[in-house]
Amino acid sequence: MPLVAVEHLTMRFGGLIAVDNLSFTAYRDEITAIIGPNGAGKTTVFNCLTGFYRPSSGHLSMHVGGEIVRLERIAGFRIARRAGIARTFQNIRLFAGMTVLENLIVAQHNSLMAASAFSIAGLLGLRRYRSAEAAAVERARHWLDRIGLTDRADGLAGALPYGAQRRLEIARALCTGPLLLCLDEPAAGLNPRESEELNQLLLLIRREEGIGILLIEHDMNVVMGISDHVIVLDYGRKIADAAPAEIRADPRVIKAYLGEEDIAEAREGEIGDVAPAEAGAQGQPARTRGPDFPLSRE
Amino acid sequence: MTGFARGTVVTDDMRPPVAWAVILKDALLAAVVAILLALPLVGLQTYDIGGGALGIRTHFDWVALGAAAVFAGRLAVRLLPRPQFRRDRHRQPVFKRLTVWANRQALRLAFVGIALAIALPLLPFSSRYLIDLGTTVLIYVMLGWGLNIVVGLAGLLDLGYVAFYAVGAYTFGLLATDGGFTFWEAVPFSGLVAASFGIILGFPVLRLRGDYLAIVTLGFGEIIRIVLLNWASLTGGPNGIGGIPRPSFFGLPFARSAPDGAMTFHEFFGIEFSPDHRVTFLYLVILALALMTNLFTLRIRKLPLGRAWEALREDEIACRALGINPTNVKLSAFAIGAMFGGLAGSFFATRQGFISPESFTFIESATILAIVVLGGMGSQLGVVLAAILLVTLPEFGRAFAEFRMLMFGAAMVVVMVWRPGGLISYREPTLRLHPQSSVGIGR
Repeated sequence: MPLVAVEHLTMRFGGLIAVDNLSFTAYRDEITAIIGPNGAGKTTVFNCLTGFYRPSSGHLSMHVGGEIVRLERIAGFRIARRAGIARTFQNIRLFAGMTVLENLIVAQHNSLMAASAFSIAGLLGLRRYRSAEAAAVERARHWLDRIGLTDRADGLAGALPYGAQRRLEIARALCTGPLLLCLDEPAAGLNPRESEELNQLLLLIRREEGIGILLIEHDMNVVMGISDHVIVLDYGRKIADAAPAEIRADPRVIKAYLGEEDIAEAREGEIGDVAPAEAGAQGQPARTRGPDFPLSRE
Repeated sequence: MTGFARGTVVTDDMRPPVAWAVILKDALLAAVVAILLALPLVGLQTYDIGGGALGIRTHFDWVALGAAAVFAGRLAVRLLPRPQFRRDRHRQPVFKRLTVWANRQALRLAFVGIALAIALPLLPFSSRYLIDLGTTVLIYVMLGWGLNIVVGLAGLLDLGYVAFYAVGAYTFGLLATDGGFTFWEAVPFSGLVAASFGIILGFPVLRLRGDYLAIVTLGFGEIIRIVLLNWASLTGGPNGIGGIPRPSFFGLPFARSAPDGAMTFHEFFGIEFSPDHRVTFLYLVILALALMTNLFTLRIRKLPLGRAWEALREDEIACRALGINPTNVKLSAFAIGAMFGGLAGSFFATRQGFISPESFTFIESATILAIVVLGGMGSQLGVVLAAILLVTLPEFGRAFAEFRMLMFGAAMVVVMVWRPGGLISYREPTLRLHPQSSVGIGR
């Protein structure tokens, strides 16, 4: 049974069709990557899934326990709690003026709020709230150990180096206790060593947490290295949906990335070693079809 | 001289040659601007020539004198070597280290401060004027602490905070005069009514942030004032509400003699009657109310709701992705901030015995906001310092009459240049993983 099922999702912005009749499924204990050229509609899919956009048409359903939650029918801020979907952002959105630990505690707001009886038990300093807070700190410490930021827990989140901020954002999303983790370009701006660490972290999350991971990524080392399943979007349409090895050989994918006339050159293995192009601004209709797909690398 | 980094020692042979043409041109330009400004302001003076008509006197000599002074001053500024600021590593962050120290000693400092505040009426140099001034300072401290929840913690810029102060004062005034409520019965109602007005304001501005929010709240403040001014049948219009009962000491009035044989405060305790008793009592009441506000804020900051306020200030979109309901978080900030404003308002009403819309103008909102910003957004201690500064400074300036506001403005500019983040721009984390390494975080 799939964890999340997207059926005939269409998202229009005025005359622009950002996502066009897209269907796919993602499973528990799997890493599903969504790739595609800039402006293909990847982040739009994420925004529909996490309630930031209401889809123009289509169904998004999430299997929580035995029941099915229809994502398009519930308010955006409820999705994290009701459907168990957590996400990170392309441009990091940490609470920069708060400490690392506080970022992870805020992520556990809903359970702590219930434990504090909407602040009343908390104001009175009842034991019920204090033990809930201690448990929240323990959970935060667990993830801090995993991402290697335990020593900096009491420092400002905004003062962390870039790679650490990316890891912290993932940890913050995990502290909500999700079933599905949506990561929007987690490797953007990371150096090769950091992106390898990220791979290990994501594999560990999949192994130990038993959750599904949905991943938008341009870094093909990450995509090909860890995903179980790759979905390729182009102009809002799904053009391929298969295991990484098959995607690499799919002529439609190569065409989408390189353009028709460049295929011959790509086959000769020249372009593949060029470093991936910088990820452009999301939702931008104009696209840069740079050779950001290292086809020849095996 | 601008080419040199601050802190480098400029020796004679390093100094660039004096560019006379540039400097003269600069000084002339300054003098011309001075003439343009001074002509209407200083050069022309109206006077009464009898029969209600006005004549004009000219003072071109004053204008010339002023322009010459500006010219000379500008020349001097350009020619004299600029004082070299030594950026000494040990001296520079004195204030920052002071704030870190103050925060580490916060508990002890708070006890000393509270003890001093309680003891103020008993001190030998204390006077009725001093206690009155202390009461005013404490009203602003309480308002500052209340607004700090909305602006400092939740990051919602509110320019109409005085509206809640007014709602609290009028609720109290109406309940105490027409409703026959006593002080302690009416106070909670004032807080509740003000809190509901906070929610009423909160709903339409849920989607707004920053400048837009500021403008709408500014409008809200004015709406409340104008309604109070025009709804004469309820609020008495511009005449306000008079004869608001003064607070009693839990039923014992502070009067020379009570009507119909009841006990008064001084009779009950068997002491000499003094009008100072009531002033001191009022002072202690506002001290208690303000401390309650502070205690509440300090506690709620460490609870999920308080952390959600701060998270909302940092990033609303991230909050939504984490399952925090931004509507509830914002409305609770508005409501709780408004409640403390309303409580302060009810105290104001009983202290003055008379309220009118004139007490609740925009300048009050601006003063309260200035206290919060000047103190350092979110800093409780900063609010106290800023309130003391902003309330007592005009008092010291009384001798200068119309120059008071000028001094006030200049002092604000100096503080903002000197401490752009506010007097105390320091945020203590709400919880720590490693409590032993309590290194502060300056912002």
